[in-house]
Amino acid sequence: MDRALLAAIEDGLPVVSSPYADIARQIGTSEDDVIGRLKRLLGEGVVKRLGLVVRHRAVGFDANAMVVWDIGDADVDRVAEKLAAQPFVTLCYRRPRRLPEWPYNLFCMIHGRDRRTVRKQIAELNASADLEGVPTAVLFSKRCFKQRGARFSTANMEPAA
Amino acid sequence: MGSVTSSEREFINAWQRDFPLERRPFRRIASMVEETETEVMATVRDLIRRDVVSRLGAVVAPNTAGASTLAAMAVPPARLEEVAEIVSAEPAVNHNYEREHAFNLWFVVTASDAEELRATLDRIARTTGLPVIDLPLEQSYHIDLGFPI
Repeated sequence: MDRALLAAIEDGLPVVSSPYADIARQIGTSEDDVIGRLKRLLGEGVVKRLGLVVRHRAVGFDANAMVVWDIGDADVDRVAEKLAAQPFVTLCYRRPRRLPEWPYNLFCMIHGRDRRTVRKQIAELNASADLEGVPTAVLFSKRCFKQRGARFSTANMEPAA
Repeated sequence: MGSVTSSEREFINAWQRDFPLERRPFRRIASMVEETETEVMATVRDLIRRDVVSRLGAVVAPNTAGASTLAAMAVPPARLEEVAEIVSAEPAVNHNYEREHAFNLWFVVTASDAEELRATLDRIARTTGLPVIDLPLEQSYHIDLGFPI
């Protein structure tokens, strides 16, 4: 039922006066059950937030950088917690290295108005977690070839890169 | 700055999270911002219509056990558009971006199961003749609360 609920709202809640009642009709349950489930899913952290999902480029956030580092396995969790606490970091993940061509295991996404600002924020990040000298790369995004909301109905989602 | 008014920006910043979980959520918001329920719904519809907001909805936590991954390819620049088109044509690919790096094509694959995920990556590698690196999520550290625009 949770999966059916997430699938029913994957394209967004209907903008009508009783949106949860609409969703409830779709999945064959009551309005209060939908509200209760969403509260629980938020409490459990399965749903991270409920609200407006902004298109960053549409509001002038044109610079998008993926910053990656190669952090020792023993230190990566501690470093990641520090980086994730910075307000301009929008996502922070650990992923596997693929040696030799891809040596990086920690990923942060930064959305900013322009590259100059983002570069300054990256310098702040490196200073905040004492990362001078750590192997790193900054990958600014250029063209977007395809973008679609993640489909909760088919599988667990991978966050937007 | 994109084309949003200062009152729209304020509204967006206030409602990226904590959308009311009650029977008449827009009426609750209306009572807080001193507008009518109809006006609040019109504002949200307008932001969606103008593509400033993609949806009013739930952001679901990534799941490390899922059949999804972030993949990357180092594509010769002259072939980038051709390869990007092949990647985008895969139904399980939902984001596909060019980035400035030797690994210049990055895409997210969200499949219904591990087999479909594997098959998608294999098909892309075979069709393009280029290796694909597969970087599945191992741990997420960030709590997404939305952020001020």
